[in-house]
Amino acid sequence: MIYLDYNASVPLRPCAKKAMVEAYDFEGNPSSPHAAGRKVRALIDEARKSLLKRIHGQRLVFTSGGTEANALALSGLGEMPLVVSSVEHESVLKAYANPCIVPVTAAGILDLMYLEKLLASFDTPGLLSLMLVNNETGVIQPLQEAVIIARKLGWNVHTDASQALGHIPLSFEELGVDMMTLSSHKCGGPTGIGALILKEELQLHPLIRGGGQEFGMRSGTLATPLIVGFAAAALEALSEREEQTKRLQGLQKKVEEALPMAQVHGEESPRVGHVLCLGMPGVSSELQLMSFDLKGIAISIGSACSSGKTKESQVLKAMGLSSEDVKCAIRMSMGWKTSEDDIDNFIKAWNEIFLSQQMKEAS
Amino acid sequence: MIKRPIYLDYQATTPCDPRVLKMMLPYFTEEFGNPHSRSHAYGWKAEEAVDKAREQVAAILCADPREVIFTSGATEANNLAVKGVAHFYKDKKNHIITCSTEHKCVLDSCRHLEQEGFKVTYLPVKSNGIIDLDDLHKAITDQTVIVSIMAVNNEIGVIQPLAEIGKICRDAGVFFHTDAAQAVGKIPLDVNAMNIDLLSLSGHKLYGPKGVGALYVRRKPRVRLQALINGGGQERGMRSGSLSTPLCVGLGEACALAQTEMTAESARLKALSARFYKAIQDSLEEVYLNGDAEQRIPGNLNISFAHVEGEGLMMGIKELALSSGSACTSASLEPSYVLRALGVEVEMAHTSLRIGFGRFTTEEDVDTAAEMIIKEVNRLRDMSPLWEMSRQGIDIKSIQWAEH
Amino acid sequence: MAYSEKVIDHYENPRNVGSLDAKDAAVGTGLVGAPACGDVMKLQIKVNDEGIIEDAKFKTFGCGSAIASSSLVTEWIKGKSLDEAGEIKNTTIAQHLSLPPVKIHCSMLAEDAIRAAIRDYKEKHPRA
Repeated sequence: MIYLDYNASVPLRPCAKKAMVEAYDFEGNPSSPHAAGRKVRALIDEARKSLLKRIHGQRLVFTSGGTEANALALSGLGEMPLVVSSVEHESVLKAYANPCIVPVTAAGILDLMYLEKLLASFDTPGLLSLMLVNNETGVIQPLQEAVIIARKLGWNVHTDASQALGHIPLSFEELGVDMMTLSSHKCGGPTGIGALILKEELQLHPLIRGGGQEFGMRSGTLATPLIVGFAAAALEALSEREEQTKRLQGLQKKVEEALPMAQVHGEESPRVGHVLCLGMPGVSSELQLMSFDLKGIAISIGSACSSGKTKESQVLKAMGLSSEDVKCAIRMSMGWKTSEDDIDNFIKAWNEIFLSQQMKEAS
Repeated sequence: MIKRPIYLDYQATTPCDPRVLKMMLPYFTEEFGNPHSRSHAYGWKAEEAVDKAREQVAAILCADPREVIFTSGATEANNLAVKGVAHFYKDKKNHIITCSTEHKCVLDSCRHLEQEGFKVTYLPVKSNGIIDLDDLHKAITDQTVIVSIMAVNNEIGVIQPLAEIGKICRDAGVFFHTDAAQAVGKIPLDVNAMNIDLLSLSGHKLYGPKGVGALYVRRKPRVRLQALINGGGQERGMRSGSLSTPLCVGLGEACALAQTEMTAESARLKALSARFYKAIQDSLEEVYLNGDAEQRIPGNLNISFAHVEGEGLMMGIKELALSSGSACTSASLEPSYVLRALGVEVEMAHTSLRIGFGRFTTEEDVDTAAEMIIKEVNRLRDMSPLWEMSRQGIDIKSIQWAEH
Repeated sequence: MAYSEKVIDHYENPRNVGSLDAKDAAVGTGLVGAPACGDVMKLQIKVNDEGIIEDAKFKTFGCGSAIASSSLVTEWIKGKSLDEAGEIKNTTIAQHLSLPPVKIHCSMLAEDAIRAAIRDYKEKHPRA
């Protein structure tokens, strides 16, 4: 089986596995004052410190994943206007009852002029939440520009950077945001853990109350093995970034050149090198999915959360694609384990599926 | 090799059972699919594993798998149950009943709801740590939406009369939630026989992994709640976010093991606790067991050693990993609110230790621990002015202490 | 929290544990703290005719830092005059034992105990 669905979940990196297995070997409750408790607390402190240092963050709150981190960020400042882009992950789109939506251009990029007008139309400033890298198209959003606009009008900014870590340079400080979501399993760490990076002066209302862990912003016993696995994976992803990006961009280019008949959604925009949102003219994405699966290749339609419901991609619709084009799009995403052989097989499979469909139509 | 301290803090957390870890590891590595990816075999395999785990969790509660919602732990499950139900029904009812010895996450959720305008009744407990059912009866009004009473207390190990509470709640048409983090795998639970509508549990309190727990939410009569975390609509819309397959598998396996081994393990722990307590009582005067002597889980003892301060005592027995008060609060200097709720005097509350035995505790551990504690208590009593006064027959309460 | 080496040393090998006869005219007794607060210190001094503290004993109910603080001051005050002993400050105790902020009250209690013992002795000897 060839796995090309890294944006749904990245296989665990060996370094993360090693760190976790070691941590499972001496467990304790990090809130306990005895030696066993202190030992695991030291592991957590180290993970927290090294992550913050590498992404130039100020404070880090561990959560159960990206979805919870988004929910905490979006509700933590209390009642205030919320503005999000139309291509956000569902955990952002649905965190509040009725967020105001900023559209994207046909290239999948946030409409900055619209954003400025929209933000200016509010009486009181609120919170703007924008993802850094789109999970379906890989398009990189002009976050820094958006932050400048938002700051001018006194808005706070949150970004979901889950799909950016390890793929583009990532600095909390340089982005200038107030809060940033990270997800462990999107960078090769274990599932069930994530983080919200935030400015030190922010004290969020907790979603989950109790023992007052994580600066009073997120109660619950910390899962030491998951935290050390997350840190190990994230640090490796960050240090391998340049080399991996170069390699995966090469593979991305190879696919695009080998498949002239494929539509590449988001092609015109700055995007990451490991994702391709591909349209196969005249072949429904469901049929592609099944055909790829029969050939031993795992890809996906849109994001994992909604793919179960096989509904149309909201992201592609938001980019203004015709319903016909949306129905024929699939996502393939690569990562640290993807080899050139995998990609050659993918290209071969794509051509076979496309050809057999054309033969069927011709007969 | 460095000798590890003897672990006697099984109520704070339990080590992940190697058998559980073995089941989990493949799902961290080869079978890493996202269970919500329905488009390929990686996703299907993950989904299958999650389904099996859900069945295992349901089985230990005598529930239907469709009634199990995976969460990040008992803290989240408790928050979701109490706040979720209160928020969903807030237009109809505004009263919540809980108990003064609940875990902090339930108490803090209730306090937060009070700020939002809900009314909360905090039931007292009797000196044995158990609530008075008459108090519960009287506290229920037509405005009461939910009663949240923990199954087993995390500090003193006492078991609340769940079936009786459940019956009172069902008769009154009020939802019954129980925080069963300390109960699952230790006492038999049956959500139907006990009329439990919502039940929280935690992986790492029953030899499963940290970072996962579950909330049982009854389907008939249906309990509805407002989600804390919205998004992809996983877990019947009650809890969004990608499920972690290995963590779910670990929780399921932990439940299955606990269910199989509960009877034998309970008997073993009961014998260990009795052995320990007898050794202590045979050698030391003025030691007091906190919480009901009978209605308690077999692996927990909470003991006050009169005239010896708990933190000082812990320092002398650093080869033993145990706690004074609960792990969340023991970094602070306040005496345990649970012991205070039982009517234990503040000075006595300062002298207590929580001793938890569990799956990996041996008879040798118990004997060593008892010996160390006895030796250290005697040493510190020789150093204690209060012990000296009590030996001289001076009533410590008669002295005018300058409280600082 | 980790204890400093000095605290551990005094906790494990406390100096001058015991009691002096409180009725003895040469003995001053200080009893400070409260059981409800989790710490009680009893500190006793025996003063010779020259007004020098020639013996000191303590008993303490409390955490390791409280025990260490009282043990330490019994060592310090021996051989000192009452005035010199009365000048010992809690900050010096805290510094010497490297007490963390949450344990500063232990050193304050030790300072109080010395003063209370001196006061008791002086009450027995109004003209001294």
